Amino acid sequence: MIRNFTSTVSLNKRLLGFFAVLLATTAALSVVGIILGMFGTFLFNGGTGVTWTFLTEFPKNSNTEGGIFPALAGTTFLVLLMTILGVPIGTATAIYLTEFAKQDSWFARSVRFAVNTLAGVPSIVFGLFGVGFFIQFMGTNIDGALGTSSFGDGSLLWSAATLAVLTLPVVIVAVEESLKAVPRDLREASLALGATRWQTITKVVLPNSVTGILTGSILAVGRGAGEVAAILFVGVTYSSEVLPNAVTEKFMHLGYHLFVLSTQSPDVDKTLPLQYATTIVLLGLTFLLNLTAILIRSRLRKR
Amino acid sequence: MAKEHPVKIEAHDFNFHYGAKQALFNITLRIPERRVTAFIGPSGCGKSTFLRSINRMNDLIDGTRVDGHMMVDGTDVYDKEVDVVTLRRRIGMVFQKSIPFPKSIFENITYGLTLNEKISKTDLEEVVETSLRKSALWEEVKDRLHHSALGLSGGQQQRLCIARAVAINPEILLMDEPCSALDPISTGKVEELITELKDTYTIVLVTHNMQQAGRVSDFTGFFLMGSLIEFDRTRTIFTSPAKKETEDYITGRFG
Repeated sequence: MIRNFTSTVSLNKRLLGFFAVLLATTAALSVVGIILGMFGTFLFNGGTGVTWTFLTEFPKNSNTEGGIFPALAGTTFLVLLMTILGVPIGTATAIYLTEFAKQDSWFARSVRFAVNTLAGVPSIVFGLFGVGFFIQFMGTNIDGALGTSSFGDGSLLWSAATLAVLTLPVVIVAVEESLKAVPRDLREASLALGATRWQTITKVVLPNSVTGILTGSILAVGRGAGEVAAILFVGVTYSSEVLPNAVTEKFMHLGYHLFVLSTQSPDVDKTLPLQYATTIVLLGLTFLLNLTAILIRSRLRKR
Repeated sequence: MAKEHPVKIEAHDFNFHYGAKQALFNITLRIPERRVTAFIGPSGCGKSTFLRSINRMNDLIDGTRVDGHMMVDGTDVYDKEVDVVTLRRRIGMVFQKSIPFPKSIFENITYGLTLNEKISKTDLEEVVETSLRKSALWEEVKDRLHHSALGLSGGQQQRLCIARAVAINPEILLMDEPCSALDPISTGKVEELITELKDTYTIVLVTHNMQQAGRVSDFTGFFLMGSLIEFDRTRTIFTSPAKKETEDYITGRFG
């Protein structure tokens, strides 16, 4: 029988426990600190630089003055085109993996292995792949076939294609998760009523995972919007007087613009406020996209 | 055994394997038309597997294999000529968990019908009403047909699933423990429904509840470890079973 509740745990062990908690809490706090510090630094140094004119004007004087409008527009075009190219393929792959593939088949395992490998490939490698495959192989062949000369060079199209490949794993994983969340019973109920597999997918499975597909797209856009290394060689340009008129033209990009401002400018110190302001816009954009994805996801969970 | 009734479903030396594990052993039985046939037995005895073999729902599970014959109206459903989608249109199924589609009550019932044909709105309305009346749900939901089916109670959802199955006008209704998640009152309603539906449909019912089998079925099969131990009129099974295993199970000495 317990007569009193005096601790039988030794002082040493209690101290150890105390320090472990302290250490873990400090580590967790420092993560928050780093994020806050990051945002704080940029906002403090460049917060006043983000103005309406900054967002809507073209750069002036070799990127040392003016705004970031073409970079903002270029980034937007890029991720839109990337979404159009990548999300359908990613969604189709996820549908194949969850709905059609025999789970332990050689092919399904190869696809999964490929998706995981793709997720771990450094982004600069995607850039080189874009040059080798999209520009030199596909572009040159298209030009040869059509008698044009616009496809065999870096462009918005090939950059978007490269980014679509890069973000494919993000889309596949997100969509697959949402497809798997659709109860098996719901599929069986549909099939038992005489629906084909495809009818079951379009009428029951997909409507139940629209939010997942949306989340996947937004996460992909968030990842793609901030990506610079992958598009370095496939169509981004450091300065442009006009917005791209066709997908085969070159474009400006926020992340690359930042790189240009901080390394390629005639007067790097002078562009520092511009750099900070551009960073805020880029961070804000990715943060906003991720936040949207999180909100959609939490709504999905509540249902 | 059931000689006076026409046979609707007939299994002959039917075997079923999940990968290397055999789940059904040489099942041979005849299920009479327009009667309620119940399958009882302890968990894992194969009764659900057998039920799901009739409309080939087990096809969806990787690595399953069958041999022997499963005949519906004299046609082997595992024959290469048989189109599984057409087969399932003739066999309605109600599951253990009542799982309506996250659509309106109306859309749930018309789901099977509108898959392949364009049907006029008035015809659909008629089918919805008939199906809901058949499943004793009409009075409760007639004012909210276009509301989400997920707003119904558990018992109502299960009756909706029955209405959904009935709407495609099948000849056979397979019910896989349809009342195991329901309260006694809802169970009573579903059982009443089964009794009413048997004039129109051949009903095959898997149940954990022996009293239920006793109450609603005309014929009962007792499964044990993948084998059909005994199949006879329900009255006979419950009063004078031929096999000792059946008697032990019925009287609650095991299982």
